[in-house]
Parts: sequence; structure tokens; C-alpha cells
Amino acid sequence: MDSTVVGTGTEGNTWDGGNKPLKASYGKMMMWFFILSDALTFSGFLAAYGFSRFKFIKEWPIADEVFTHVPFLHGQELPMIYVAFMTFILIMSSVTMVLAVDAGHHMNKAKVTLYMFLTIIGGLIFVGSQAWEWATFIQGDYGAVQTKGGNILQFGKYETVDGKEKFKRVSIEDLAIATASERTQHERKNGLWYVDESPLPPFSVNEIYEGLKANEDVLVRTQIINEEGEKTILSREESLKRIKEDGKLVVKGANLVVNEYGTSLFADFFFFITGFHGFHVFSGVVINIIIFFNVVLGTYERRGSYEMVEKVGLYWHFVDLVWVFVFTFFYLV
Amino acid sequence: MAHEHKLEIFRGLWKFKSNTQKIWGVLAFLTFVTAIEVVLGIYKPDVLMHTWMTPFEGGFFATLGNIIFSAFIYMKPLNLIFILLTIVKAYYITWDFMHMRDETKGLRRAVVWTGVFLICYLIFILLQEGGYVFGVYNGEDALIKRDF
Repeated sequence: MDSTVVGTGTEGNTWDGGNKPLKASYGKMMMWFFILSDALTFSGFLAAYGFSRFKFIKEWPIADEVFTHVPFLHGQELPMIYVAFMTFILIMSSVTMVLAVDAGHHMNKAKVTLYMFLTIIGGLIFVGSQAWEWATFIQGDYGAVQTKGGNILQFGKYETVDGKEKFKRVSIEDLAIATASERTQHERKNGLWYVDESPLPPFSVNEIYEGLKANEDVLVRTQIINEEGEKTILSREESLKRIKEDGKLVVKGANLVVNEYGTSLFADFFFFITGFHGFHVFSGVVINIIIFFNVVLGTYERRGSYEMVEKVGLYWHFVDLVWVFVFTFFYLV
Repeated sequence: MAHEHKLEIFRGLWKFKSNTQKIWGVLAFLTFVTAIEVVLGIYKPDVLMHTWMTPFEGGFFATLGNIIFSAFIYMKPLNLIFILLTIVKAYYITWDFMHMRDETKGLRRAVVWTGVFLICYLIFILLQEGGYVFGVYNGEDALIKRDF
């Protein structure tokens, strides 16, 4: 062999190959670079959210007024509390994950099993909470009227609470005066066969207008943010005029087309970004379950290394890391 | 098999006896930071709701000043605090939960600098453009109508 292969004379030197300058295994390093690229995807979404928000900076919904619900505490306005709880759950499951990794370093199978299990539970609680958050958001709160230009008009009245005048929202159910329905929903079985339409709004704009006329103290709130950082409230005459002239559609809740809380882009980004994050959490839970069973079966015990737990741990922490940013930019800022 | 962990955070101000203890310490810190964010988010102190500086007016140096102090001129202090606290949280999650602290300098820089550079670039471009579109929509000669 020596006669056919010419040695370079660099054996044992830096460029001879076989050395590992980053001192990390292939799998771990690739997990890091996957995380890097995924982080860029998420920041692309969040930056796009920022773009749209800057574009409509004077009329963007105020998160504190949108996400006010907490399960089992019906009818109370508690902004932030539930998301803070969700954040804590996710950080907590990150902790159990890192404890599992640490136990893996000590080759302690029982502890790895326990901590992996707790991590999975934390992940499931988080995904469940997110589902609830979505359901509440889709379900809607007070309802609103959408104008011809696609803007949102909400209703409310001034009430004195503890000696202070506060603007309290009024829901469309309480406001509307039901009249005989002008039309029914077109279903597949009637008229043109196999052609249907989406469900009709609960009320017509006319019913809302009649209700507004009958309730002297109810005012309209537009989506424009004023100097004090609050949404503009119109005078009584303006309110009636806006609904009469511009009102087009009664909306309740939010979906990809309409959004009772304000500009529909807000709902689109909410579904897209928290949805994409939720999908990451879900796939993280699935991967965690697979690794959990491998741990239980003793695969890593036989392999002599729990590095696999470490790699999926990296992914799991990344999901937590992304949530920290989503939390800030969707709920805080 | 030796797994070396650096067992101190805050540049050695807070030392731990074992890796497990460090994890709980970092959890306590992250929970504390989140609690501050939530309390600020609920109460919104008035002092933090208005920018502390107004834009400089005048020639080249005013523009330069506006760029240098942009975080104080164009952002509410409350939002600035939120963003800084978020980055602090992200740092401790990456460094202590993901053990970036224990990786080699090369791996750390390859991952972190690439991300930080590209993300800063992306944010700059998109937010700059968003602000510009806002100007086009809301300028005195704007050609769009909100309701018709």
C-alpha cells in the first residue's frame, strides 16, 4: 500500500481529518443547526407580524382587551393571567426536561423515566391550554359591527365603578332588538342543489341599529387608537350615524375572514403564529413520547449513553424559547 | 464519562454546588422575570407609558441622534423593558437549559451569531418598511379611504 498512496506528510496535524473542533456529536450539532433555521422561520413570522402592526399601528387591537378569559372564572376580566400560567407551565416542563438530561448523564434510568413523563404531561397541559385559548378567541366575546371598509365598530357604555367613569362593553345579544328575519340560510338541500353558504350572522345590522336607537346610553367605539392609547369612543349622534351609514355585517368571534376585536390581520397572525408554535409543541410531545418509551425499554441503557434524550431536550427547550418571544410580542408589547 | 458543567451564573455572582441546583436556580430567576413582566403588563405604570425623549429636530446630527436613541425616542419604555427582559430570558434558556454555556466557543458562535445577525436584519427591514407603508396610508396626500 505504501508504494501506491503518497503520504501528505501531515498525519496527526490539524487538516488531517478526524479531529472534532466543536467537540459535539454529529446529531447534536445538526439539532443545533435545525434549531437555528427554525428560529429564523419563527422570526420571519414575528417580523411579518411586526410589519403588519406597524402598518396599522393606529388601529391594532389591544391584547389586554382581547385575551381576558381564564377557565372557570366566567365573566371576569383577567388579562394576562392565563397566558402567564401557560408560560410558567412551559418553562416548568423545560426544567423537568433538563433534569431528565442531567439524570441521563448519571445513567439513572428511573429518574430519566420520571422526568420525561412529567415533561410530556407539561406539554399536554400547554397544548390543551392553547386549544382552549383558540376556542375562546373563535367563540368571541361581545360581538361587533363590521363596516363597508372592513373596520370594526364595538359597543359599550360609561359606568361608574368605584367613583371612576369606565367604558364597559355591551354585547350585541343585549343590544339587538330581534325583528322578523329577512332571510334564512341557504342550505344544500334547498333551491340550487349542493350549493350552500356559510352561516348567517346572529343579527342583522338593522336589528343592531334599532337596539342602539332604543338604548340611549350606548356608544360606539372605533378601532382608532387615540392620544391616551385607548380606542376612540364616538358621541351619540356619531355612533348612530356610523352604524346607519357604514354598518354592513354583524360579526361575533374571529376567524380568518372577520375578527370582532379589530383588524382581521390580527386574527390571521394569531392563528398562524400560535398555531405553528402549537404544532411544534405537539410534535415535541410526540417525539418525547417515543423517547420516553425507548428509555423505558432500556434502549439507551444498553447503548451506554442518553444523548438521544439530550437532543430531543434541545428541541423541547427551543419550543419554550419561541414561546417566550410569542408571549412578549402577542400579549405584552 | 465526564460531563463538565459550568456551575455559576451572573458572571460568577451566583454559584451552585451541582447541576441540578443550578437548574432550579435558573427556574427561580426565569419565574421572577416572568412575574415582573406580568405585573408590569397588568398595572402599566403611567411613567412607562410615554416615551422619555422626543425626536431631535434639525440637520444631520439630529437624524443621527434619532437613530442612536431610537429605542428611547420611538418606543414606550414599558415595551423596551419587555423586550429586554425577553432577551434576558432567552439567554438563560439557551445558556443553561440548552447547555450552550458548556459548548465550545466555535459551536456557540456558529449558532448564536448567525441567528442574531439574520434576525436583526430581518426585523430592521420589515419594521422599516411597515413604518413607511403607515406613512403612505396616513399621509396628507394619502389616496386610500377607510370607509366608503
